[in-house]
Amino acid sequence: MVILMGEEKEKKGFFRRLVEGLTKTRKSIASGISSIFSAFSKIDDEFYEELEETLIMADLGVNATMAIVENLKEKVKENKIKEPEQCRQLLMESIEEQMNVPADAYEFENRKSVVMVIGVNGVGKTTSIGKLAGQYKNMGKRVLVAAADTFRAAAIEQLTEWTNRAGVEIIAQSEGSDPAAVVYDAVNAAKSRKTDILLCDTAGRLHNKKNLMDELRKINKVVDREYPDCYRETLVVLDGTTGQNALAQAKQFGEVADITGIIITKLDGTAKGGIAVAIQKELGIPVKYIGVGEHIDDLQKFNPHEYVEALFSTDAAAEEA
Amino acid sequence: MAFDSLSEKLQNVFRNLRNKGRLTESDVKTAMREVKMALLEADVSFKVVKTFINSVTERAVGQDVLNSLTPSQMVIKIVNEELTKLMGDETTEIVLKPGNEITTIMMCGLQGAGKTTMAAKLAGKFKSKGRKPLLVACDIYRPAAIDQLRINAGKVGVDFFEMGTSHAPVNIVKAALEHAKANNENVVIIDTAGRLHIDEQMMEELITVKEEINIDHTVLTVDSMTGQDAVNVAETFNSKLEITGVILTKLDGDTRGGAALSIKQVTGKPILYIGTGEKLTDVEQFYPDRMASRILGMGDILSLIDKAEQEYDEQKAKELERKIKKSEFDFNDYLDQINSMRNMGGITKILEMLPGMGMGNMKDVDMSSGESALKQAETIINSMTKKERANPDLLNPSRKNRIARGSGVDIADVNRFIKQFNETKRVMKQMSGMMKGGKKRGFRLPFGKM
Repeated sequence: MVILMGEEKEKKGFFRRLVEGLTKTRKSIASGISSIFSAFSKIDDEFYEELEETLIMADLGVNATMAIVENLKEKVKENKIKEPEQCRQLLMESIEEQMNVPADAYEFENRKSVVMVIGVNGVGKTTSIGKLAGQYKNMGKRVLVAAADTFRAAAIEQLTEWTNRAGVEIIAQSEGSDPAAVVYDAVNAAKSRKTDILLCDTAGRLHNKKNLMDELRKINKVVDREYPDCYRETLVVLDGTTGQNALAQAKQFGEVADITGIIITKLDGTAKGGIAVAIQKELGIPVKYIGVGEHIDDLQKFNPHEYVEALFSTDAAAEEA
Repeated sequence: MAFDSLSEKLQNVFRNLRNKGRLTESDVKTAMREVKMALLEADVSFKVVKTFINSVTERAVGQDVLNSLTPSQMVIKIVNEELTKLMGDETTEIVLKPGNEITTIMMCGLQGAGKTTMAAKLAGKFKSKGRKPLLVACDIYRPAAIDQLRINAGKVGVDFFEMGTSHAPVNIVKAALEHAKANNENVVIIDTAGRLHIDEQMMEELITVKEEINIDHTVLTVDSMTGQDAVNVAETFNSKLEITGVILTKLDGDTRGGAALSIKQVTGKPILYIGTGEKLTDVEQFYPDRMASRILGMGDILSLIDKAEQEYDEQKAKELERKIKKSEFDFNDYLDQINSMRNMGGITKILEMLPGMGMGNMKDVDMSSGESALKQAETIINSMTKKERANPDLLNPSRKNRIARGSGVDIADVNRFIKQFNETKRVMKQMSGMMKGGKKRGFRLPFGKM
């Protein structure tokens, strides 16, 4: 890793958090793979099959796994590799190649932007917003939060508590009010208060409920109409412990909103953080943030390289970091 | 496609099998590979899948299968049997202590699994059975979790107990039990904070509660969309807290609930209830065999019949039958039928339970248009006079015009509806003739194309 001297301390802190948060996944992937590498003396079909199983068990999904293994096979051929142990680096590259975060992924931080946060129930939308609000505030941004989850009992109170902690303002109405109306108020407040980033919390909705998805469309229309020149960012929050249904979620949310990025939460709680790979491979939507712990800084920007490094780093290296 | 549901996948596999007269060993292997992939994509744990595939293959690739007349049916049967075996065949519910003795139930699980909502749903369920539940707020970490429980307790109309966020859960529970005794409450449901199964400190908190207080039921709440990790979660909670049962939430999503299979397999503990919607009444008993059928694409006919039976009123059904035969079926009856259908959960829910109507098949069908057609029909009928409702023949152009204005629809809509009604009536009369002698059920859907 190339690290600038001045930032070294902070960077290391981040990486350590990442490594710690991914401990479970790392242990499951890395130990599985290590045992394959050491158990096999040559690279054959059986070796690839074992590898496939390990990756599927980490929730990488059947398709992403197949792509990675195919990719690996080609690389092995190209480089004329004979020893399983030599595959490790190539495998890391293959996985990393499935993921791509575009250069302008965080452009919204530099613009006047409206960030819509959507997702199914219980994935951690409100908590993610609380953490993001705190982070942007610390970056010196003017942050406003809209409490457009007017459905779940006490969702507004929960968000208010987070905005108090972050020291940012919140626009809220009472429970049961029209979420589009809340967003309308918030957008206008953002314009008049010259807010940099407006974060909109929304009610959790299962992606197969048509009327709730229509509501989302309506909210988006309000933003388009009231604030046409703002920079739009729509983040879908996925629970890291969710399996392949996460793909269905992201896909169907994509049908009602222009998703610009993904937040994957609770990655510290799962041994199966592979869903981050599956999502990017299958849907081409970049993962922008991952949650690897309870702390406000544990919601990190996603870096494919560091992610793969963290997954494969041996425990000794993790302690060192 | 990766998003096809498990039942569709399996149906496809078996469709291919059906096309062949006889099965070879390699046929079974191909089929099993498909089954394996389908189960994996449905998030069934890899280990569970492996065992499953092995036992099915072992049974399928055998003389009796290969020589039987319909080998494909045999394979389906074996897959079904093995799957049912995995799910278990007993229905278990939380057993409450008799009389006024207090039953204690502790909810536990990961963050966002749906514990707080499910706690309130259970309280509502027990209340409707004549019990006096008390909801206890022990989630002292998540902001506003206590408020959420308080509000939901109010919605289902049960008592609520909290001590803020500065007391240890074990002390809150102790005080809550005193409160329950003093108020004659007999079911104490404890909502706890979501915690990662790997968080030793947080797990310790619940262990302490269990050590100091007699908890009758420790219920693990699991999001039915959970992936491969479901096994680890269930295993860890089970080994640390000795759970007594599992509740699956968010089953109204399009997940096939592979997690259900895995959890059942690794813990051996029963799945007690399932959460099937956002309303606080959306909690149902779990039927393992039905779940297995559902996964296999046989639909959830049993649940549907159950619901139909709840709605079934013998007297009314007889009267309806007589009316249909005599062609006296009128708008009042139509309205009755709409209402009983709605009570069964609406068109979408009913269709979901039918075989071959998996989410995948219906993805592109806008079910809400069917629902809104029903709603329109209801509005139109409601704008009719009592006389008109009982005598559909009364409707002349001027009456139709009035009805259209009254219900806020176009006259063309009214005409279309009446035409459809007459068509339905005709078909129903025909059908009642055909069904003569057959076993009659109250479950009829008297509408044509909507």
